[in-house]
Amino acid sequence: MLAEPGTSDRILVTMSNAGIRRQGRWLVRGIDLTLRKGEIVTLIGPNGAGKSTTAKLAIGVLKADEGQVQRSSGLKVGYVPQKLAIDRTMPLTVERLMRLTGPLSKDRLDAALYAVSIPHLVKAEVQHLSGGEFQRALLARAIARDPDLLVLDEPVQGVDFAGETALYQLIGEIRDKTGCGILMISHDLHVVMAATDTVVCLNGHVCCRGTPAAVSQSEDYRRLFGASRPGIAFYNHQHDHTHLPDGRVQHRDGTITDHCHPEDGHHHDGHDHDHHHGHEHSHSHSHDHKHVHAPDLTGDRHA
Amino acid sequence: MLDDFFIRALLAGVGLALTTGPLGCLVVWRRMAYFGDTMAHSALLGVALSLLLEANLLISVFAVAVAVSLLLLLLQRVHALSADSLLGILSHSTLAIGLVMVAFMTWVRIDLIGYLFGDILAVTWMDIALIWGGGTLVLVSLVFLWRPLVASTVSHELAEAEGLHPERARLCFMLLMALVIAIAMKIVGIMLITALLIIPAATARQFAGSPERMAVLASIFGAVSVVLGLFGSLYQDTPSGPSIVVAALLLFIISLLPRPGRQEAQTDLISGGRR
Repeated sequence: MLAEPGTSDRILVTMSNAGIRRQGRWLVRGIDLTLRKGEIVTLIGPNGAGKSTTAKLAIGVLKADEGQVQRSSGLKVGYVPQKLAIDRTMPLTVERLMRLTGPLSKDRLDAALYAVSIPHLVKAEVQHLSGGEFQRALLARAIARDPDLLVLDEPVQGVDFAGETALYQLIGEIRDKTGCGILMISHDLHVVMAATDTVVCLNGHVCCRGTPAAVSQSEDYRRLFGASRPGIAFYNHQHDHTHLPDGRVQHRDGTITDHCHPEDGHHHDGHDHDHHHGHEHSHSHSHDHKHVHAPDLTGDRHA
Repeated sequence: MLDDFFIRALLAGVGLALTTGPLGCLVVWRRMAYFGDTMAHSALLGVALSLLLEANLLISVFAVAVAVSLLLLLLQRVHALSADSLLGILSHSTLAIGLVMVAFMTWVRIDLIGYLFGDILAVTWMDIALIWGGGTLVLVSLVFLWRPLVASTVSHELAEAEGLHPERARLCFMLLMALVIAIAMKIVGIMLITALLIIPAATARQFAGSPERMAVLASIFGAVSVVLGLFGSLYQDTPSGPSIVVAALLLFIISLLPRPGRQEAQTDLISGGRR
């Protein structure tokens, strides 16, 4: 992915052919990804597809064993990790959590908590928050530090249906207002935030990428839910290969290879933009993808 | 009037307790109690080496504690054994090797009990200067390392992502632990150092609303334990190091008693639950 002229100053992170290997196995490989100011990139993919790994590679928590990851100098990251276990032995209020990685003025602290609708919890101990409240507090913490790049690993996990829409709207507003770049990991295979500029589907490598289709355009979705939900979009995709249960890959031309790599000659531009719905999307944990899932009904939630 | 040796003991003990408070909180939060124990037990190996090589005691103990913690980090990466088992192996084998080495050195007379359980009543003004000097160094370092250490306790990846260099902070933390163990050995002894790290911190948890307050309270509870323990040992003629630990334990038990307006947090520490 080469930047267009004049946009290079907006580039925050460039990953080229990045891969990471653990115990002889590639967790992810051949990742090409560019994150720019003001853009939202959403990563989707099945469990174990390397979504979190890719995000950690992008921000330097993990180092690439292959390829390159370049970050703009002085890049300020706001990170909401997927899992966070706070030991009960540490007394930690929301207020203290907000100042975890850097000092913060009272005004900014209050504004961030207000933005995620939990200003009343400022003195609450984090161990006593519900999953959704905790998730909001983590998001508030990340945005309060005014980052260049927000990395949100399943930011709406544990948040209820209405809250999810509200948080997606908030994330979009943060982008519009601050112009930061956002790398988001979706907990759902098909439903993403509507404001997403690019959806990247991972399964150990970049399976495909594209733009989401508005939910309102999806008849399946309307049939399931009656009305459209603002802030939510649908990513429609068709793959040129199938990940077999034993880890090998079957390509559309029938050949089977051990790995899936962009340069193996088996890939075609299999992406499909015409919004038809009977798409195929069989991953190794294959379940029925012939209909649209609602985020809370899929069983795709990552533990 | 109190005897001169008793004043020295008080000064040494309080100085140490003020240092172990914040450090002990980090040990508790990071679930490193057993790690602290392992480093402390390795001190005996340090003692044996210093006798054998006629090297400075403090430096040998410090060096061995650092070496053991680095070895542990290395083994954790290479081996499939759990950290728990590795700690058990290192903890007891360093202690055993130390004891065996001391037994071989028939030409030196060594007060083994003094090293194992401390001899606070024998501290010199030089020791006190060392405790307060070393303690100040540890506390000042902790002030600078506090944010990355607390942040990486909450989430290592978060601290790393937001540029706090948690790995560096952790290394410094281990060096500080080794330093405190080297200093503390004479006061409470190898076997009881971890108690002075953990028990005051656990007591402080019951009263603290923030990590910082817990650190300060742990120092205060530690100092109170030292004073109570030393006076107890003076009047009841009990060994001083163990008396300090018993006093710390009594404070902890008192902290667990039900108090009006606070029920929830009391069970947290015992159950050790995580969210």
